[in-house]
Amino acid sequence: MRINAFSLTRLGVQRRTIGSSLLLVICAAWACATLAATDAAAPMPLAMDERVRACTSCHGAQGQGRDNDYFPRIAGKPADYLFNQLIAFRDGGRTYPPMGYLIAFLPDDYLHKISQYFADQQPPYPNSDTGNVPPAVLAYGERLVTHGDPARKLPACAACHGARLTGAQPGIPGLLGLHASYIAGQMGTWRSGTRHAVAPDCMHAIAVKLTDKDITAVSSWLARQPRPDDPRPAASSAGPLPLACGSQPQ
Amino acid sequence: MKPISSTILSGFARVFGNATASCTRLRALALLAVIAALAAPDTRLMGVAFAASDAASANAAPAAAATGASASDTRPDIVKRGEYLARAGDCIACHTAPRGKMFGGGLAMETPFGTLYSPNISPDAQYGIGAWSPDAFFHMMRTGITPDGKLLYPAMPIAQYTKVTREDSDAIFAYLQSVPPVREASRPHTLKFPFNQRKLLLGWRTLYFREGEYKPDPTRSVEWNRGAYLVEGLGHCTLCHTKINLLGGSSQRDQFAGGLIPVQNWYAPSLTSDKDGGLGDWSVKDIVDLLQAGISDRGAVYGPMAEVTYHSLQYMSDDDIKAMAAYLKTLPDNDRGRKSGPSARTNTKVFELGNRIYLDKCALCHGQNGEGHVQHYPPLASNQSIEMNSAVNPIRIVLNGGFPPGTQRNPEPYGMPPFGQELSDTDAAAVVTYIRTAWGNHGAPVTEREVNELRKAPLH
Repeated sequence: MRINAFSLTRLGVQRRTIGSSLLLVICAAWACATLAATDAAAPMPLAMDERVRACTSCHGAQGQGRDNDYFPRIAGKPADYLFNQLIAFRDGGRTYPPMGYLIAFLPDDYLHKISQYFADQQPPYPNSDTGNVPPAVLAYGERLVTHGDPARKLPACAACHGARLTGAQPGIPGLLGLHASYIAGQMGTWRSGTRHAVAPDCMHAIAVKLTDKDITAVSSWLARQPRPDDPRPAASSAGPLPLACGSQPQ
Repeated sequence: MKPISSTILSGFARVFGNATASCTRLRALALLAVIAALAAPDTRLMGVAFAASDAASANAAPAAAATGASASDTRPDIVKRGEYLARAGDCIACHTAPRGKMFGGGLAMETPFGTLYSPNISPDAQYGIGAWSPDAFFHMMRTGITPDGKLLYPAMPIAQYTKVTREDSDAIFAYLQSVPPVREASRPHTLKFPFNQRKLLLGWRTLYFREGEYKPDPTRSVEWNRGAYLVEGLGHCTLCHTKINLLGGSSQRDQFAGGLIPVQNWYAPSLTSDKDGGLGDWSVKDIVDLLQAGISDRGAVYGPMAEVTYHSLQYMSDDDIKAMAAYLKTLPDNDRGRKSGPSARTNTKVFELGNRIYLDKCALCHGQNGEGHVQHYPPLASNQSIEMNSAVNPIRIVLNGGFPPGTQRNPEPYGMPPFGQELSDTDAAAVVTYIRTAWGNHGAPVTEREVNELRKAPLH
């Protein structure tokens, strides 16, 4: 009985797949005909979206990120910033085994191309965080982001990441469109020294001065900001950076 | 004495050496291999071993004395040839740490009995091998003994490198002397007692190490012999593609028989059984494509083999890769023919679930019937990687995805997404079961438990 059911199932599968294959062939033929009609000499598309399925299955089809803390938005970030992160995952500056494994044997040229591909994407931003955070915490976060804390020689986030907080070419990422817990998590890895950037590692220098309270306030405020009107990174840093950063040579 | 098995050495070295390549941790099998190696010699053999010890020390002295006595060759064509041969030997994979300077060593190999660190082989006179002579380097390659008389741990593939000719050794040395020196001391190994006693390696060497250059087979072609020299020597392929038993040993017959790479948990396909990965029905072109480009009509390299193609094989000349393929094609098929007969019976519900997941997530690239889209999307129907006795590789690829290596012939590879984050153990087991038993495939079903175990496998 079971064998019969099994056989029938397999036959069913077979029928379905044959039908689907036929459909596929017809579609393929139609697509070829269409292609031939429009531009017979069209080269094979670069098909970066095909090549980077291993990236987009987690980070979203356009790199917009997922609604969790593991797969952040990578779209629209400066290409050099993304490249620096890929190199770090590949060679050990950042540790996340599934990422390091995936790109372990990809050469620099290709990683540059992948970085540029995602830098060129501008999918819509997700909705801002709306969780209940005390106004005092948000106010403190805003102050740190926009003015820093001169007494502790803490520069404002905006001093490097731009007044619009959308980053600056070539190496400074935007801070919007990320979850609070993702931002806080990265601050933590910088502070503990498990995330490294190109030396001098300015973010490490800053993060070691941050208290848990600072990190909560900054990440909560950043995650609640609305989508920027112009999400593109600034063409360059507006002025000299408050401290030297290997990722943004000046 | 015929080696009880030079492949035991390979097995041992695989436990060490392959972990070296991917910088992953070693565990119980390595320990067992050491115990087997140390315990196996009877007293008579130990006598031989210690005699060998004395001889080794005696030999070492002149080698050490010769250090610095003659300069390395600096002719550009020799240096270039040495670079090529160093790539064939994949020296860089172990002797360069992640984010480290080239040939500066320092790659950590963690073992249950402590940590080994690959040494600095840059031409720095103090910290590297800058003060060595070509004689001393050749002596090390041939015998596994350093100029100061130390026995090398078999993390260095000495059983394979011993086959390298003097001429090639000199060229490799010339190249290594030409790269920038690294002013960093090699990190000392931190092995626990008694594993830090190098003399213990003597018993192991007596059993498993056979010194000597590759001897061409006059009944075979020049091409075949070139391939054999590269595969058995510098390529050190048997480090992984050898079946080892629980004691880290194996018989001569098991050379190239494949096996699970301990700790890394990837399955090195058999090259002597077409039922388990053998190359009997592969064309030379398929083998060349796979090794050199990383992709082929039959499938792509992945896991530890991706690393070998990335660092080493992609740089091999067409002639050399063809020679290796020609040699590999002549390895015996000990269990003749591919698997045949009807597919394994599976639980209907599991098969149906696997089918649904396949159509939803896999068919887009691999085709409705597992036909793939060569060469970027490997066919899954009649693919030995899928049908192998061990389900480790298909399970891991489904869980972790992977890019083939970026190579000169395929610089922008298409990547397979990881599915571990979206498929439960039940789903992953179902889809792997489906792939292994659909379209006439001859793999066996897999269990949720197998999937769950492999979620813990080291990744990077």
